Amino acid sequence: MAVGIRTQDLCKVYNSAPPLGAAGGFVARADAKGAKQPKNQIPALDGLSLEVQPGEIFGLLGPNGAGKSTTVGVLTTRVRPTSGQAWIGEHDVWKEPTKVKHLIGVVPQRPNLDFSLTAREILVFHGAYFGIGSRARSERADGLLEKFKLTERGNKMVREFSGGMMQRLSIARAMMHDPQVLFLDEPSAGLDPQTRILLWEIIREYHQAGKTVLLTTHNMEEADALCQKLAIVDHGRRIALGAPAELKASIPGGFVLRLRFGNQTPELLKKLETLAGVREVRAAEPAGVDVYADRGGSLISEIANLAVSSGAELSDVHISEPSLENLFLHHTGRSLRD
Amino acid sequence: MNWKTFGAMLARDAHVARRNAIQLILQTFLQPLLFVFVFGKVMVSSGFLPEAYKSLLLPGIISISMVFTGIWAVAMPLIAEFQWTREIEDRLLAPISVGWIAIEKVIAGMLQALIAGLVVIPLAWLVLRPGVQISIGSPGTFALILLLIATFSACGGLALGCTINQQHIGLMFGMVITPMIFLGCTYYPWSALKTFPILQKAVLINPLVYASEGMRATLAPQFAHLSIAAVLGALLFFDVLLLVVGLQQFAKKAVS
Repeated sequence: MAVGIRTQDLCKVYNSAPPLGAAGGFVARADAKGAKQPKNQIPALDGLSLEVQPGEIFGLLGPNGAGKSTTVGVLTTRVRPTSGQAWIGEHDVWKEPTKVKHLIGVVPQRPNLDFSLTAREILVFHGAYFGIGSRARSERADGLLEKFKLTERGNKMVREFSGGMMQRLSIARAMMHDPQVLFLDEPSAGLDPQTRILLWEIIREYHQAGKTVLLTTHNMEEADALCQKLAIVDHGRRIALGAPAELKASIPGGFVLRLRFGNQTPELLKKLETLAGVREVRAAEPAGVDVYADRGGSLISEIANLAVSSGAELSDVHISEPSLENLFLHHTGRSLRD
Repeated sequence: MNWKTFGAMLARDAHVARRNAIQLILQTFLQPLLFVFVFGKVMVSSGFLPEAYKSLLLPGIISISMVFTGIWAVAMPLIAEFQWTREIEDRLLAPISVGWIAIEKVIAGMLQALIAGLVVIPLAWLVLRPGVQISIGSPGTFALILLLIATFSACGGLALGCTINQQHIGLMFGMVITPMIFLGCTYYPWSALKTFPILQKAVLINPLVYASEGMRATLAPQFAHLSIAAVLGALLFFDVLLLVVGLQQFAKKAVS
């Protein structure tokens, strides 16, 4: 039976720098906010509540340091929350960690393969840790090596593997005990396009077997292509939740025109709002305007004319089609890549 | 407690130890055997040291081999796995409580320390003979002391391995291991320190003293040694202390 995931008001404050793998981008964020926080107090989650339905592919989308990896850490028994609760199925992660570990498979952001073993041994020993019988784990290991195109490398020590091969093996290992819930933390980071497509296929196939998948990503294309439901997180808080299509539809107009003028005035912004198809106009930092509209390129000539008549010279234009990136921009005023 | 998982982790450690057997054998036995050869053979046969020194040295060499094999076997992989390769995460996510993973490391380290001790006895004896006067008067006491020394070494490895930062490994050797060896009554009996009364009291905080004196008391009782009761009591104390500290440190490292 498929198993869901739930968190309620999760908060996490690190008292020292978070471990590298568990929280990729937090250090950078700590630097950015360092002046406001007491020394060594690094907030990572700020009341995050989520609900993932059994059998769903759920994505956590956000920039580096948003709290994605910490959320995965809390749900996978590796990061103890400062407050709040987390459940896998009916089990409280922090009251019944051993039962939870039976149900989950985890692909970390940074490969953590057992360097003292060969690829095949990694899978076989992992199966043994989960109590799978000797013959069954051997057969299953061979099947996974085949599926992830690692059969030829099965008896090689993994320290000689490339990054992409390590990532494939990490995913194979997480699937070895056939977990009900699969966590993938930035699964396609550093993968070549071909391997990424293989990975997506495997995730979809796993989901079709009735399993729940939670993945984190800062890649909108991946979130859009794979996830049935998305939570956009920033600064440890959920800022949007829904299916990718719903979320994209929630942006006023859908298109975003990022404009920059030589001489920007409040009057100009007001005039921009009167153009046909424009839904919202926002002054953007440091100097510029974000125009949310239901059309893109066809607005440019009207904007240029308006600028000339107002004595403001249009110096830069960037048009984005409806995307999750625009959603993030709309909620935070920042681009995901900032 | 999940015995299947525990057994699988032990099997993994045994498999890795077998794979690195040559390296492990050299690392464990080369230094003590060279030491035995130089001090027990060269120095004695050339007349710089008396013949009786051979029997005095052997128990110390056994204890030092056991202690450092156990510490090394547990501490070094933990330092690397927690801070660098993070490969221990595979086991932290296995369906077993975190404390048992630490216990498994301790058991694996104890086994290696016991093997080191039991192999170094005949090897050193072969290098030193003839003229070595050792005997196992009470096999039960001898076995108990071996077990307590193995536990101390593995628990010490756990505590150190979960406390020391990777960049401080050099410091660990300079500040912890080296003083422990030279002030551990391995190459001389504790009674030899009587002309340095303050030092003689101070070295009693070094658990290696009890390991060496315990070996001496059971294998070569003809030399002055600490009482067996004191040795057993102190080793038990250090075993429990280091196990408690080690488990706490392990839990801190395992969950952030």
